[in-house]
Amino acid sequence: MAPNLSPTQRLLLGGAILFVVATSFLGLFIGPRTIPIETTFAALRNFDASDSAHLLVREQRLPRVFLGLIVGGALGAAGGVMQTLTRNPLADPGLLGVSAGATLAIVCLIAATGQINIGASLWAGVCGAGLGGIAVFLLAGMTQAHDPVRLVLAGAALSIVLMTLTRVITVNAEAQVFDQFRHWAVGSLQGRSWSVLWPSLWLTFVGGLAAFALSRPLDALALGQEFGHSLGADPRRVWFAAAIVIVVLCGTATAAAGPISFVGLAAPHLARHIAGSAHRALLPLSMLIGAALVSIADLLGRIIEPASPIDVGIMSALIGGPVFVVLARRLRTSGL
Amino acid sequence: MSASSRFVLRWGRWSLVCERRSLWLNVTFFALILLGSTVSLMLGRMQIGADAIWQTLNGQAPTRAIEHILIDIRLPRLLVTIGAGAALGASGAVFQSISRNPLGSPDVIGFTAGAATGALIWIIVFGGSGANVVLASLMGALLTGGVVYFLARKDGHVSAYRLVLTGIGIGAVLHAINALLLVKGHIDLAISANLWLAGSVDGRDWGHVWPLWLGLTVLIGPMLIGMRPLGWMEMGDDLAGPLGVPVEQVRRWMLLAALVLAGLATSATGPIAFVALAAPQLARRLTRAPTQPLIGAALFGACLLLGADLLTRIAPFDWTMPIGQVTGIIGGLYLSWLLLGNRL
Repeated sequence: MAPNLSPTQRLLLGGAILFVVATSFLGLFIGPRTIPIETTFAALRNFDASDSAHLLVREQRLPRVFLGLIVGGALGAAGGVMQTLTRNPLADPGLLGVSAGATLAIVCLIAATGQINIGASLWAGVCGAGLGGIAVFLLAGMTQAHDPVRLVLAGAALSIVLMTLTRVITVNAEAQVFDQFRHWAVGSLQGRSWSVLWPSLWLTFVGGLAAFALSRPLDALALGQEFGHSLGADPRRVWFAAAIVIVVLCGTATAAAGPISFVGLAAPHLARHIAGSAHRALLPLSMLIGAALVSIADLLGRIIEPASPIDVGIMSALIGGPVFVVLARRLRTSGL
Repeated sequence: MSASSRFVLRWGRWSLVCERRSLWLNVTFFALILLGSTVSLMLGRMQIGADAIWQTLNGQAPTRAIEHILIDIRLPRLLVTIGAGAALGASGAVFQSISRNPLGSPDVIGFTAGAATGALIWIIVFGGSGANVVLASLMGALLTGGVVYFLARKDGHVSAYRLVLTGIGIGAVLHAINALLLVKGHIDLAISANLWLAGSVDGRDWGHVWPLWLGLTVLIGPMLIGMRPLGWMEMGDDLAGPLGVPVEQVRRWMLLAALVLAGLATSATGPIAFVALAAPQLARRLTRAPTQPLIGAALFGACLLLGADLLTRIAPFDWTMPIGQVTGIIGGLYLSWLLLGNRL
């Protein structure tokens, strides 16, 4: 953790960690089916595979809570790197063609098979996200030059084409394809089990470590390419590594939970207001804020409507949007 | 910019600086629109010759059937297409100038989402359809614009940066509401809402044409005047203020005008991807103008949408290919082509 935090920042950081732990813990106790608190504890301590309540807690709620944290953290970190890479505070990590690629892959899968299988869709999503990311790099001419504006434009161009194809498929396909797709497309943690959690965890872990390793070069890059170069960062290498990190992190999150658009934009924004723009503090904090936003959104979605929970992508935007507006009003507005 | 590349039209105390290059490009765009319109009126299940179109427009239709097809079906569709393209292009130019960000299109700032929310509530919650969807989405767009403006206001002024951030926040909330409506709504209603969201000019009548063209004719003149001070404001409010620009007023009225145009266009056709984002960018690059070219963006937007409409109608597939999606594909591919050729 960054050693040079002010007391206020430390306090905020501690509060955020406590908040994440508390919401995650609460998430184990709340769901469509009411399970007594003692039973939940028992399921965690001495698990009994023959008890359906225990199974529910261990196989549904526990992976769901963890996945929420992973997805939120991945989106937060990806957003932080993305906003530095493009030098644009409006950049969302999904803009690199990642979200649109994953979405198109999933809708093709649903249209071809007629139903959605969470396990298969994870890998389809990861492949789609990867292909989308590669296409954007090639389009932006990342192999010869590195120009933030070109990258954003390439991402926007490809995303629009892919999203358009997605909508053309949903408009023309059978009603049931659209019915399946509309539930995936809002971003949801519903029904994700350990089989989704483990691959997501590993991918996010690797991506997150790489992001932290890039902290110093990213700091240099944020000062501008020429200046960064003179500070010893090879802009081309840093660019390439950072872009791969974004694709891995955001692609994993999208494949696992569907496109959750707002977290990757808002979390690093808020983190920058609190911790400043040094990446050693910014990245962990934006991961934390992302995780907090996703986990509280998932929890509230289940509290508001226990019978059919409101999906996490919707809830995180409903909660995050107003907070974002209030902060935009109150805080000193500064660019990147 | 050398002196010979521009000339000045004077009339009393009014003057207008014209760049030769922009003028020629605008004339080209205009010619393209005329050509596209003719083709658009000719094409359809029943092919109509150019001479028959000319006669009908002069009030001497060869047959009643041709008159009905042209005046009641194809002409409104054509006018909605051109009007919506022009409105989106002009509105995009203003938004990008105000937000000083090439990503600052009405889509990003949440107004399109607001228009969609209005329409979706009407379609899914009230099960409505037809002309009322237009009203509902217009209300949605205007309400969103008002809310974003007032939330972004602080100490009597609105900074461009805060405006964009507020718009993104509000837009996220509205997108979430739209998604919620789509997910929780009955599947049949959700499908028809999804179709509206794809953007289309099918089956538009004169009721769609009048509000759009009225808005365009009333607003384009004042917007043209406001574009110059807005261009100075791109250097920063602190610089534009001392130059005599009433910064707040210019921003407020230009924003309102752009918002009304975007709202009118979206309510007439549904959300149309990319035109508001790309038309000003591409027009600016083609004209090489130092500031956002309003007329160029409007004409280019109209060309783009007209071309997209023609493509949807000659498309060989038996697919539903809504115009909003065709603009997305064309625009995206065009931008990619520019990027690949290092032309950007």
